[in-house]
Amino acid sequence: MTLLDAVIFLPLLAFLIILALPKENHNAIRMFSLISSLAIFVVSLGLIGSVWSAAPGKFAFETNQPWIHTPAINYHTGLDGISLWLVMLSTLLTPLCVLVSWKSIDKHIKQFFAFLLLLEFGLIGVFCALDFFLFFVFWEVSLVPMYFLIGIWGHDRRIYAALKFFLYTMAGSALMLVAIIYVYNQAGTFDYTKILAGLQSGAISLSSTEQLWLFLGFFIAFAIKVPLFPLHTWLPDAHVEAPTAGSVMLASVMLKMGTYGLLRFCVPMFPNAARECAGWIVILAIIGIVYGALVAMVQPNMKKLVAYSSVSHLGFVVLGIFSFTQQGFDGAVYQMLAHGVSTGALFLLVGFLYERRHSLDIDAYGGVATPAPWLSTAFMITMLASMGLPMLSNFIGEYLVLQGSSLVYFRWTVFAALGAIFAACYLLWLYQRVFFGKASEDLTHHMPDLNFREYAIIVPLILLMLWMGTYTQSFLAPISTSNAVLLGPIDARREVHVRATPPRIAPADRELANAR
Amino acid sequence: MPVNFMPTGADYLRILPEIIMTLGGTLIMLIEGWLRENKKRNLAALTFVVFAAALVAAVVANGSPGLSFSNMLIVDGFATFFRVLVIGVGILSLFSAVQYLKREHAESSEYYALLLFSVTGQCIMATANELIMIFIGLEISSIATYILAGYLRDDKRNNESALKYFLLGSFATAFLLYGIAWIYGTTGSTNLETIRIALLNPGSGRSVILAGTAAALMFVGFAFKVSAAPFQIWAPDVYQGAPAPVTLFMSAGPKAVAFAVFLRVFMTAFAPITNRWEPFVWSSALLTMIIGNFAALMQTNIKRLLAYSSIAHAGYVMVAIAAHNQIGVAAAMFYLAAYALMNIGAFAVVTHFSRQGEKFVNIEDLAGLGWKQPVTAGLFAIFLLSLIGVPLTGGFFGKFYIFKAALDANLVWLAILGLLNSAVAAYYYLRILVVMYMKEPGESMLSLQPVGAGIGATLWVAAVGTLLLGIFPGVLLTFATNSSALIK
Repeated sequence: MTLLDAVIFLPLLAFLIILALPKENHNAIRMFSLISSLAIFVVSLGLIGSVWSAAPGKFAFETNQPWIHTPAINYHTGLDGISLWLVMLSTLLTPLCVLVSWKSIDKHIKQFFAFLLLLEFGLIGVFCALDFFLFFVFWEVSLVPMYFLIGIWGHDRRIYAALKFFLYTMAGSALMLVAIIYVYNQAGTFDYTKILAGLQSGAISLSSTEQLWLFLGFFIAFAIKVPLFPLHTWLPDAHVEAPTAGSVMLASVMLKMGTYGLLRFCVPMFPNAARECAGWIVILAIIGIVYGALVAMVQPNMKKLVAYSSVSHLGFVVLGIFSFTQQGFDGAVYQMLAHGVSTGALFLLVGFLYERRHSLDIDAYGGVATPAPWLSTAFMITMLASMGLPMLSNFIGEYLVLQGSSLVYFRWTVFAALGAIFAACYLLWLYQRVFFGKASEDLTHHMPDLNFREYAIIVPLILLMLWMGTYTQSFLAPISTSNAVLLGPIDARREVHVRATPPRIAPADRELANAR
Repeated sequence: MPVNFMPTGADYLRILPEIIMTLGGTLIMLIEGWLRENKKRNLAALTFVVFAAALVAAVVANGSPGLSFSNMLIVDGFATFFRVLVIGVGILSLFSAVQYLKREHAESSEYYALLLFSVTGQCIMATANELIMIFIGLEISSIATYILAGYLRDDKRNNESALKYFLLGSFATAFLLYGIAWIYGTTGSTNLETIRIALLNPGSGRSVILAGTAAALMFVGFAFKVSAAPFQIWAPDVYQGAPAPVTLFMSAGPKAVAFAVFLRVFMTAFAPITNRWEPFVWSSALLTMIIGNFAALMQTNIKRLLAYSSIAHAGYVMVAIAAHNQIGVAAAMFYLAAYALMNIGAFAVVTHFSRQGEKFVNIEDLAGLGWKQPVTAGLFAIFLLSLIGVPLTGGFFGKFYIFKAALDANLVWLAILGLLNSAVAAYYYLRILVVMYMKEPGESMLSLQPVGAGIGATLWVAAVGTLLLGIFPGVLLTFATNSSALIK
């Protein structure tokens, strides 16, 4: 029993306790959820030190216990520099989500907080699992509470959105399950570390066709979750219809399950196939970046705008991963975290606005800055972070991704950079329409400034954005160490690749040569 | 058979469960005459005792495995597994039925006796090592079930259900019997092992064709019993019309044991001609999954929806048969156990919810159940998630093992299409969850009584079982794997 096991199972325990609490006692349920989720966060702080000091390629807090004998399925968990921060992100955001739901959730309170804790259990598990079967279990387990969160406590079209969300993921995971079983049949184990080692040493050999299909099996499941254009259509629906807490967990943590899967499983396990498909995937990622930004620009609904901005931001992550460079990988992970913090904060702030005015339409606002200056300031900082302004979190991620990808696909990177510019357009325009101008009497009346609870929610996130934007190294160091390990197989191949190709002549030079 | 054949003690021990249940059933019919009207419920307690004794006997009999009665019966792990399963199904369906019969004012000894006889027939099927025994077991089980389907004589739906089931069932049994005749004509035996040996060394190409025809005829009979396409048409009508606890029983016990004999016959007697029947089972599996799942998408009646869902689940088990390997047998066994539990649970909720005269059987009637009766709805949600195949439930592991078996047998496309099918299936199960939790309660909630003891017990046992199979599948799976070698 390691500290990590405690962090994984405490949310499950809290979930069971909440189920046992009497449903009439709303305050007890809220307080218990808050205290337990805060306690989980505090416990999870203890994870940081060991991961920092772990040797490269080793997992901290590794537990490997047999769970089922035939086929051999183990409860194998561990943390490295990538999963550490994603776990921390989950444990940090859960108490904030409890706080933001304090007043806004007014029906079936017990079930709401229970599902929130169950969701945390699933999410933490996904990032720690080192056994494919276990990974799949957590992957699906996290689906169920989110389905209920959207479907029960969401807005008008919640049922449609919840079903769409569930079915999209389910279809993807069906393919992933086939791929997982196929890998098991070849390797005789579900253990991630053993399979990876076997594939790299050649002990497990897969033909290139097999690799390609397996890669695609995993890739489609992850791409739906990310979501990569054109598989993103579930996301705006789910985000808009979900309650604030649901949107936050979905955007900040759940989408990262997809990119995490790509980085952890898809690319290192099937480097050849990844390289073969990289061109197409990069194009889809860049379409996603530009398309997401353009669509965000014309949204009349705030949540939908933030949702499409996620499509755009996650495009950067995929671009970074499929550049197969250290900078790209680092940037991708950093962008995952930064997006988690900044977009999470944006959804929380939109939630604050919604609580006051009960509308998500941008048109319903205007001049909010006058009655609520601190709310506006918080929104401003968060928005700037999301835009990728230097000194704030997202800048580091986007910069590293762009640098990494420009090493490989310079021309494409130009288009990706466009996405960053568009981000400024839609966010600034949003800010202008909501916060500036003259406030109507009605709005002023209904727009108190931040209260204590809301400060408690948003201030930690803003501090974190600043910290991530200025003292990068405190987060990046373990990420880089782990990324270097994951990059190993695919980077090595790249050198061979370069050596095998004749020196490239740029088209312009070739024309000159021909002319001579 | 020697003329002076005398069964030994071991022989009797090996059919002790059947003996106990036959005697018990007969006894119940006899003593009903002496019982006053208000004491009829004691018969249920007696039935339970008989079932429990039979269950113990089945476990004890497993201690002395082997053939008995001139190789007509076989007691092995496989047989014990299915005996315990069908007796368990009998007990759970008894729990739900007690409450149902009281509600409909229809308590009588017939129900309990028929239930016992039906389970007896199923136990014979599970242990049969010979085609005639299979046929006899099937008839005992089926005839009792036909009557149960029409138990409420004055109810039109019950009558329709029973008649359809009887006519189509007899027709299918005729196919089976005809197949048995063919194989007897071809190989000169009805013993599974003898048939297998005969088919291993076919004298001429003609006998292979004859055996293939026999296998095809028997396939029709079995496919009907397990409601596999294209012989599934009867299932929705029969399931919808029969009393809810009978549907609960039919969809679990007879189906599981029909699969058991299907597996035993095709994996032993017809093992030598596997490459001939495999494509048929393959296509039937795919067709069954597709028809079941897509038809279920459009249902509004929950019994009918669950009927189509049970067709779809038969398709998954057919995938395991198509894999025709040992792991496939183990996967099918595990899946049938998990399926029985979750399906019984789902039908128990329907039994509870439909109320007197089964007035509330539309999906929309469930609106708001999640908040009106959170525990019942929560348990129902577990069954539905298990039917979808969400991890940590038995349904997921079952599916996982089945598709693993399929991939072991290189049936990659069948596995992919099957799993995509299960994603389609998620839609109609989720629709029930949607109605339960995301719709406002309607009038149907007003007359809802709390869950009674009988149905409550069924629900809890099924739910705990479903979760146990999902979280600790090892125990059952090890047993299934150890008893999956059908060719000794």
